[in-house]
Parts: sequence; structure tokens; C-alpha cells
Amino acid sequence: MITKRIIPCLDVRDGRVVKGVNFEGVQDVADPVEMARFYNQAGADELVFYDITASVEGRGIFTEVLRRVASEIFIPLTVGGGIRTLDDFDRVLKCGADKVSVNSGAIADPDLIPRAAQRYGDQCVVLSMDIKRVDGRFMLFAKGGRVNTGIDALEWAERGVANGAGEIVANSIDTDGVKGGFDLELLDALAARVDVPIIASGGAGRMEDFAELFCNHPGVDAGLAASIFHRKEVEIGALKRYLREKGVEMRL
Amino acid sequence: MIAIIDYGVGNLFSLSSSLRYLGLETTVTADAKELERADRIILPGVGAFADAIAKLRSTGLVDTIRAQAAAGKPLLGICLGMQLLFDKSYEYGEHEGLGLVPGQVVPLADRLPAGLKVPHIGWNRLQILRKEDPLFKYSGDEDYVYYVHSYYADNCAESTLAVSEYGIPVTGVVRCGSVLGTQFHPEKSGEAGLRLLRAFSEL
Repeated sequence: MITKRIIPCLDVRDGRVVKGVNFEGVQDVADPVEMARFYNQAGADELVFYDITASVEGRGIFTEVLRRVASEIFIPLTVGGGIRTLDDFDRVLKCGADKVSVNSGAIADPDLIPRAAQRYGDQCVVLSMDIKRVDGRFMLFAKGGRVNTGIDALEWAERGVANGAGEIVANSIDTDGVKGGFDLELLDALAARVDVPIIASGGAGRMEDFAELFCNHPGVDAGLAASIFHRKEVEIGALKRYLREKGVEMRL
Repeated sequence: MIAIIDYGVGNLFSLSSSLRYLGLETTVTADAKELERADRIILPGVGAFADAIAKLRSTGLVDTIRAQAAAGKPLLGICLGMQLLFDKSYEYGEHEGLGLVPGQVVPLADRLPAGLKVPHIGWNRLQILRKEDPLFKYSGDEDYVYYVHSYYADNCAESTLAVSEYGIPVTGVVRCGSVLGTQFHPEKSGEAGLRLLRAFSEL
């Protein structure tokens, strides 16, 4: 059977990996190519790169980093950050990305997902969502999690999948950076609404959080995290061996 | 020299990078003479069958590919490139393939037990049925490979070398003489994929 996936996420700015806590207080961690090598060696099932630079120059550095990673690491690579047009898809796919993650770009242009899915296939289009509870409802946030769009997140996911998104990354702002576990309530609600793979993001602090995710929430396909891997609080090889012992299908 | 056929379908960056990473001389080409000169040929592909076979035919390379395969030159189809090797595909209609491997390409959705998602996407363990095949010279029992597909090859038990379990045994690797195919992407399957590509380069 298909394995559950463990995915480290690398936020890249000006050619360096950074990780914010609750999207603020960004601090420098390391060289993305070196980290990609390290994670590949450790058994990561996929790598996600978010381009968090705003400048044209930073974008150029990012694609160069991506090209270098894709030249020596042969596992699926997903790229997000600043994807607004089909040209953006083209730019990162040519540098070795396999999947492209859209977030704000899909909110700004409702045609982006259907057009990208038609050109590159559903499997290439990942809908990434920043989600926060507001008055008991899951709402979609934009601008790096700062602005409430007023859109119901579950409806947004459903619409995105109908339009051709082949995978959903659900990033819970409520649990992000807290390290108290994934937002299981949100993930279950999403799994009940869409039938594409769901990647859980935000909140992992310990190996047990992944075990809870995969053992008791079968609708979730992958767990994504950044700082706990970057700071080696959780080691990917040990995590995957631990999960397999718990009966979770893992590639070792 | 390994020639990767460039017929405007899919992204060849990772495939050519992985071969280069293994130290193998590689060319990405749509030139019949280059296919004739190469020691090995790879037919890549992503997207829809009908579109891909039409594009491949429009390059005028089909006769060359057939002649090279008939002469015993190792030919490896990857993902949709593997599906093109078969007699026929039933992806949105009925389309004729290259007929280099007997069998048909059919929708996964029709055959899977309820509850399994289509596409079959992700890492799955490769169950090698014919361990003696030199393609598996460097492979092991714990090799996982990366799949992304909604259709699969059926009625091809005789040429099937390996499968992966997804409610049904999904055809993973086929061989018919010097013609080989992998439904998964060896160029995205980490070390396990690189080992298969290395073995292919030594066939």
C-alpha cells in the first residue's frame, strides 16, 4: 500500500532557509541545498520549498537553489510561494519541481487552479491553505496568515479540488508553532469533504503527534513540519522507524 | 550514451539529472539518427495517452523506435511512456499504442476496491516477481518507488516483472525482450530508483 509521508518544509528567503514561529520572528537556519541533502539522506519522502522572498532578485536566487537541489536529489519536490500565474508554474517546473503549491495566487485568480490543472495535470497542483478558527468556523486566511478572507476554508478546499487541485496542504494557524500536536479536528473535517491526499501542517512537536495523526486519522496522508526537523528535535529516520513499529506503512 | 526521447511531453529535468548524477552520458533528443547512435533509449511521458501518442507519432520517430527495439536495443518507457508501449489504452476512448508489449492500459478506478483514492500517488513497495532479471541486479525487498497515475497496464502477466499492492496488484515493471517499462518514476524514487536506472544502463 501507499506509505504515509513525512515532509520537511524549507522556507527560503534570499537563498537561505528560515522558519517563522506563528509566521513572525523569522530566523536564519541554513543552506537549503545542504539541508535538502541531509533530509534526503535521513529518509524524507518529499521536500517542500516555499519561496518567501518578495524581490525579483530573490526569486532568481530561489530558482537557482531549486535547480541545484533537483540536480542531485531524486525525490518529489513541491514548490510554493509567490505562485500567481501559469508562467510561475512553468518557471519552477523547469527547474525540477514536481508539484506546485498555490495559496494567495488561487484566491486572487480563481482561474489559476483550473488552468494549471488542465495544462500540467491535477497531480501537479497543490492547494495550500492557511486556516484559523473564527467564531467556531474554519476560515481561510491570506497574506501569510494575517488577513481573514471571509471564505469558509472547507468550502474553499472542496471548490479547489473540483477545479483540479490534486492535493491539499492544511496549515492550521491555531496550532502552528505551538508544538501541541496537529489540528486533528480541522483535518478530520477536511478529510470528510475532499477525496484527494491531505497533508497536515502546523503543530507537530513530538513523534507521538505523528503517531496520533496516522494511527487515528486515516484520511490524512502526510505530515509536514519545519522547525522540529530543522532543530533536530525530531529526527526523520527515527520517526519513520517508530511509526512503522506502530503499524504505519513507512518507506524506510 | 542514453537517448531520452523529447516529444514535448513532460518535464525531463529530473530524468536527465538523475542519469547525469549516475555519471551516464545522456542526450535529450527528437533526432532519429541520435536514437540509432545511442546504446539505450528512454521514452518518458506524463499527461494523457491520446495526446502523448499523437505527439510521439508527429515526431516521425515511431518507426525508428520500433526498429531499434526489434534490433534488441534496450528501451525503457517511464510512467505514461511505459503505457505507450502497450497495444491499446482505454483512457478517454480507445487508442492504439506502440504494440511493443502485449496488454492494455485500463482505468484504475474501475478495478480498485472502494475507499482507495485515484490517482495512485505516492510511495509504494516494489514486489519483485522475477528477481533473476538483471534490471533488479541492485534492487532489494525493501525498495519503495514513487507512483503518480490513474491508469494501469492489464492483461500483461507474462511480461510483468514487478507489482505494487494498491487494493489490486498494480503492474509496476514490465519487460518484453529488450523493451522495458516502469509505471513509477525511477528518477523520483530516491536511491531505489537510481539503482534501477544504473541496472538499465548496464543491460
